[in-house]
Amino acid sequence: MTAPLVAVRGLTVDFGGGTQDSRAVDAVSLEVAPGEALGIVGESGSGKSVTWLAALGLLPAKARVTGSVRLEGQELVGAPRGDLERVRGKRIAMIFQDPSSCLNPVHRIGRQLVEALALHRGLGGRAAEAEALRLLDQVGIADARRRLSDFPHLLSGGLNQRVMIAMALAGQPDLLVADEPTTALDATIQAQILALLAAIRRDTGMALVLISHDLGVVAENVDRVAVMYAGRLVEEAPGADLFGSARHPYTQGLLAALPALTGPRRRLTAIPGTVPEPGTMPAGCRFAPRCPVAETRCATVPPPSRTVGFLHVAACHRQVEAGLSVWSLPRAAE
Amino acid sequence: MSALLQANDLRRHYRVRSGEGFFAPKSVLRAVDGVSLRLERGRTLGLVGESGCGKSTTGKLVLGLVPPTSGTVRYRGQPLPPVGTSAWRGLRRHIQMVYQDPLGALDRRLPIGTQIEEPLSIHEQVSPVERRDRARAAMESVGLQPHQYERYPHELSGGQRQRVVLARALMTSPGLLVCDEPISALDVSIQAQVVNLLLDLQERLGIAYLFISHDLKVVRQVSHDVAVMYLGRIVEQGEAESLFATPAHPYTRALVAAIPTVNFGGGRQRERFLLQGDPPNPVNVPSGCAFHTRCPFATAQCRAETPTLQPLPGGRMVACHRVHEPALGVAA
Repeated sequence: MTAPLVAVRGLTVDFGGGTQDSRAVDAVSLEVAPGEALGIVGESGSGKSVTWLAALGLLPAKARVTGSVRLEGQELVGAPRGDLERVRGKRIAMIFQDPSSCLNPVHRIGRQLVEALALHRGLGGRAAEAEALRLLDQVGIADARRRLSDFPHLLSGGLNQRVMIAMALAGQPDLLVADEPTTALDATIQAQILALLAAIRRDTGMALVLISHDLGVVAENVDRVAVMYAGRLVEEAPGADLFGSARHPYTQGLLAALPALTGPRRRLTAIPGTVPEPGTMPAGCRFAPRCPVAETRCATVPPPSRTVGFLHVAACHRQVEAGLSVWSLPRAAE
Repeated sequence: MSALLQANDLRRHYRVRSGEGFFAPKSVLRAVDGVSLRLERGRTLGLVGESGCGKSTTGKLVLGLVPPTSGTVRYRGQPLPPVGTSAWRGLRRHIQMVYQDPLGALDRRLPIGTQIEEPLSIHEQVSPVERRDRARAAMESVGLQPHQYERYPHELSGGQRQRVVLARALMTSPGLLVCDEPISALDVSIQAQVVNLLLDLQERLGIAYLFISHDLKVVRQVSHDVAVMYLGRIVEQGEAESLFATPAHPYTRALVAAIPTVNFGGGRQRERFLLQGDPPNPVNVPSGCAFHTRCPFATAQCRAETPTLQPLPGGRMVACHRVHEPALGVAA
């Protein structure tokens, strides 16, 4: 395997108290290879966004971040501000769910793009304007010259997200972290934006981390998937393996809870209970209270990560057999 | 026999300023422009479409929360009385509404038990003891625990709050529940719980649902029939499974193709059908077929004449001039 572009090792984020049970992210380890597309799946509060905000030093000061995040060997956790600023936007760019709140409403699109180009590439004047035009063209915005003098409120949500992607591309990053980039958009516009991200990756070889709660979005757009639950990584596998033969009860539950678009309609398998609140995390496996096959040790001992297949890792005491869904067992009835 | 709910040629137009500034000329926004619906007892009609297509306005028109510009709504054969009259209030106990955000639909300062009882104090003269008993029964039917009666909304999770909203809606034994994006604000693992609950309640109580959502997979799961809206009009309507399996209108085809799905076998068998551009501004709806600006099959006829809903074999209704042409099977 090639050397990873980004290697996250034992990343832990504490807000407030700093006790074990209020951890937003607990000892997460991940790697992103150059040019790879990694999907991060999880529900609200799973730490899927916080992991990457922490990696880029974007969390407020009260968050205590420990562990290691290396970008081609360079340590980012605790790195001086100046070093981080040379990474953010330039090496690793990030886009968010709501594009209109990320753009400055009182500045024209062109000015905001040129600012990014000046910051990351040192371009100015004519060269910056030409590059801004090229970027808008690359993200599929028609009539780019006119759009440069538009304000964000004149653009639709889909167009604003294209502008955000253009700004993220301004620094020619090696990795784009896209945090729910299409959640606020309509279905047909979501399809356009996802197709655009795929085309950009094909043209530039940029790596992508796609954070989403939507398993469908992730399944169609990445090579490898990591599933997070309540701040921990519970399963990680190449896409086809994860969706075809998930081994962690939580991943299996998420898949069983998903209605299908084709085939016969079957009753959905609902995961009982709710996600634990920060501050009341279970001591052992955090999924144990909702798990249909939990044993005594699951409630007390956090499960270690185990390799269960080629590049396939799951953190579960019960080494569920391949091809068996714990939710189809008699005990799993809701 | 008359249907439970029958809406005929509903229209709701708003006058809006078309330009900037107070004195800009007014123009007409056709939020809903000629929608007809029919819903039988105990059935679910799914209403899908993208933001701004008028699906929520249609839901409010059905309840009379928004008065129609023209058109009629009949519930059990009777026309909807004018809003605000005592006859309308009397009817409202039979038609209840469930919104997307349960926290916004609940009063944060009242225990949930009190809120679940409230419809009874409005619609029925019953003793406090009976109110309490019926509230507890409603809570049990939606899967809430009796001890949660004294809880406040902030003490519950999102899924539990939506159960409270459902329990409250069920207190007056309604025949029709208008659900506007009822599970969109919930986490994936909780969505399945609420979907199953809605299906169980329907089976047990025979309630009809008008189920409004942008999530096609959920709509397919709960609906008997589905209507697809685009810019204020229904463009396709039919039986849920067949509509999603063989969408006929180009817009429905694009919508179905745009839904990202987990394909357990690997690979992707569904057609690719990527639309160009954004939906047009509803103030300035294109002439003819409103979809022609984004449709890969549009002709001169589509730009000039507005298509009406026409029946296809099998009971499907489609508003498209070119739907009968076999060549459209190949996406452009």
